[in-house]
Amino acid sequence: MTKTEATQQPKDAFSIFLDELRRNSLTVTILAIVTGLLAGGLIAAVTTEGVYAAFRVSFFGGLKAGLMVFWDTYRALFTGSVGVPADIFNALRSGDGAAINKAFTPFFESLLQATPYIFAGLAVALGFRVGLFNIGAEGQIFVGALGTVWVATSLKGLPTIIHVPLALLGGAITGGIWGMIPGWLKAKTGAHEVINTIMMNYIAFRLSEYLLNGILRDPHKSTPISAPIEKSAWLPRFFDDPNRFHAGFFIALLMAFLVYWLLFKTSWGFELRTVGLNPNAARYAGMNIVRSTVITMFLSGALAGMAGANEVLGVNHNLAVAFSSGYGFDSIALALLGNSHPLGVVLAALLFGFLRNGAIQMQLTAGIPIDIISVLQALILAFIAAPAIIRTMYHLKEPKVTEPTLVAAKPEGK
Amino acid sequence: MTQSNATVLKSYEYISPTRRTVMGIIFLALALGIWALFSRTVTPEMQTTFSLYPGGSSVVVPDWVFPTQPMLNVLAFAGALLGAYQLARGFGRQTNTILGVVSALFIFGFLAWGASGSSLNLAGLLKVAVVRAVPLVLGAFSGILCERSGVFNIAIEGMMLTAAFCAALFGSLVNIWFGLFIAILTGGVMALALAVLAIKYKVDQIIAGTVINIFATGITSFLSAKFLQRYGDLNDSGRFGTWDVPVLSKIPFIGPVFFSHNLFIYAMFIFVILLTVALFYTQWGLRTRAVGEHPKAADTLGINVNRTRYISVVLGGMMAGFAGAYFVLGSVGRFDEVMTAGRGFVGLAAMIFGNWNPIGSLGAGMLFGFADSLASKLAILKVPIPNKFLEMGPYIITMIVLAGVVGRGQPPAAGGKPYEKE
Repeated sequence: MTKTEATQQPKDAFSIFLDELRRNSLTVTILAIVTGLLAGGLIAAVTTEGVYAAFRVSFFGGLKAGLMVFWDTYRALFTGSVGVPADIFNALRSGDGAAINKAFTPFFESLLQATPYIFAGLAVALGFRVGLFNIGAEGQIFVGALGTVWVATSLKGLPTIIHVPLALLGGAITGGIWGMIPGWLKAKTGAHEVINTIMMNYIAFRLSEYLLNGILRDPHKSTPISAPIEKSAWLPRFFDDPNRFHAGFFIALLMAFLVYWLLFKTSWGFELRTVGLNPNAARYAGMNIVRSTVITMFLSGALAGMAGANEVLGVNHNLAVAFSSGYGFDSIALALLGNSHPLGVVLAALLFGFLRNGAIQMQLTAGIPIDIISVLQALILAFIAAPAIIRTMYHLKEPKVTEPTLVAAKPEGK
Repeated sequence: MTQSNATVLKSYEYISPTRRTVMGIIFLALALGIWALFSRTVTPEMQTTFSLYPGGSSVVVPDWVFPTQPMLNVLAFAGALLGAYQLARGFGRQTNTILGVVSALFIFGFLAWGASGSSLNLAGLLKVAVVRAVPLVLGAFSGILCERSGVFNIAIEGMMLTAAFCAALFGSLVNIWFGLFIAILTGGVMALALAVLAIKYKVDQIIAGTVINIFATGITSFLSAKFLQRYGDLNDSGRFGTWDVPVLSKIPFIGPVFFSHNLFIYAMFIFVILLTVALFYTQWGLRTRAVGEHPKAADTLGINVNRTRYISVVLGGMMAGFAGAYFVLGSVGRFDEVMTAGRGFVGLAAMIFGNWNPIGSLGAGMLFGFADSLASKLAILKVPIPNKFLEMGPYIITMIVLAGVVGRGQPPAAGGKPYEKE
């Protein structure tokens, strides 16, 4: 991003995105993903006992066994996340609605898994753009879900068209407040938002445990879990069971567009990005840094809160303790992978969604524990954050322009 | 300030009048709290019993029984006196210490009130607090080592977790001492990865820490699901036994609380001394702090900034590895997925609350450990406070400290910034 950007012709989302990608060097991004995936297969292979047994017999046998593990892993990953090509083909040829639905279910399930990633990734990305490191998406997801579940269970008799937006709003507002507190502390006292958002995460966990053991708990259940939400608050689904794909995906895409529009098409977004790139310059230009920080953290928290709302209203239809399983931390990785651009975040979220869904299948058929995708994500994140590793690995040339390396914890000029 | 003459005060001695007043009001509020919340709600004939004998010790101490209300009134009065003095004259540099004293009065009053009409095992409570403090304090030490040299380490959690896994695995395969050794080594290797990302590749240190954390959670859960859960023999390391310190463990009350533990608790006390001496009284410590405060100045004086940082971060990682080993070898004797459960982050909080100082961090860790220990006992006390709120305590305290309400901490000035030679 340069100073001249404001004076340039307005660009459409895609060309800005390409521009950004070129800056971050698309090659490196793709190679980071590919390398991460290969490393995952390698880890799967070296942790399989059968491979060692085969190596003991003969070297080539071992090699073959290792490659078989590789192949099985990726095949399970693919069929789990996209579907079995033969099934899809047969279903389409037979024209049977139920069969088609079943064949496409893995694909839609992946989109379903990607949805909270989009929300949470946007939350982190928005923070990055304003120079704020929102590491507390996890906590905001939790309180967002709490707010949503409260709206979705306590209000009764509303039509869906009112109840769903209200419940989403409940999640957005509670999540937003949770994000705003560290933002306000940062703006007013200079307290580092990284530490405060981490602390807020744990306060959120304890709070959710308390509420789910107290007022939100379903008295008929033996475990701490909320009552099922009202049918009127369900996000509408488009297909019959087992396909759980619901409207949340489109809401997420809408949010991505709104964030894009806010950041790149409004003067206020320009102000936010200026604050992110150079707080001193922004201050000299008369921009209100306190306001930007507080509002950004509110919006960031609200987006994360909507991720929680989405899971409650669209998938689980209730809320259990520890339901989120790491979306908040993964979202840091995917916001970076998407170069903090809404379109990039959507693509990265889709990748993570497909990986996550495929990994479930991988666990079932290939016996590879699902946690391997965390390893993959960490490796991809490391490669993205340190492009020099990938460059060295593949003997790529250094880019001519120096890349804008992301510095989230920007020192405040005092 | 008591000396209002025109001498130039050093910045750390200066307490602003506003802060003096705010602190005085806080003291008075706490004293009032003891009186209004506790003393007024007990009947005059009630008695509190504190058991000073934690069990399992050879030194038997009789219970401490006292009438509840007079004790609470004394506590409230003492707190009020301190508050009045603070408002009138001020404690100057001692303000934070006095804040600790008044808070202790409040906590003691709370316990006396909670246990009124019944009995509370005070010794047991404190003993558990010491044990719970261990991973927090060691985690804080890890943070101090890294951050004093100018590298944020939010990956303590991940380092601990990986080390805990290795401690369980190698402790089961060979023996617990080897498990401990490998755990420390693992922490060091993880820290080296952090250092390479943060120093060599100049990755933002928060992101580098996040990489380590995600990786650690993933790889330990993956390997645990793949091997430890399937082969029970690989996850049965055993643990270090309790060792009573000769003589000291025979002191009534104090002996069993502090001197009847396993290796990790003693190590914590030894490390606090070692680290204080190393950081503040050796050349190495001076250099490390210089690099964390003003790397350019340090570089000008011929200190190799990046090498100093590498050493500190790896040492910090080894400390985190030792802390991770505690979870397995010092506590439960086996590895469970994500068993560190955020203690690394609380350790970070203890470091901040302790103002990046080993002794302060020990105190903070002890306080957090006490909150943890108390939270598990609240049900016995029949106190109308949900234990989840008490468990939030450490996090809220940290946020208050960071916000500078009760005295701003002084983090190393160059923390989080990669150093580039010009």
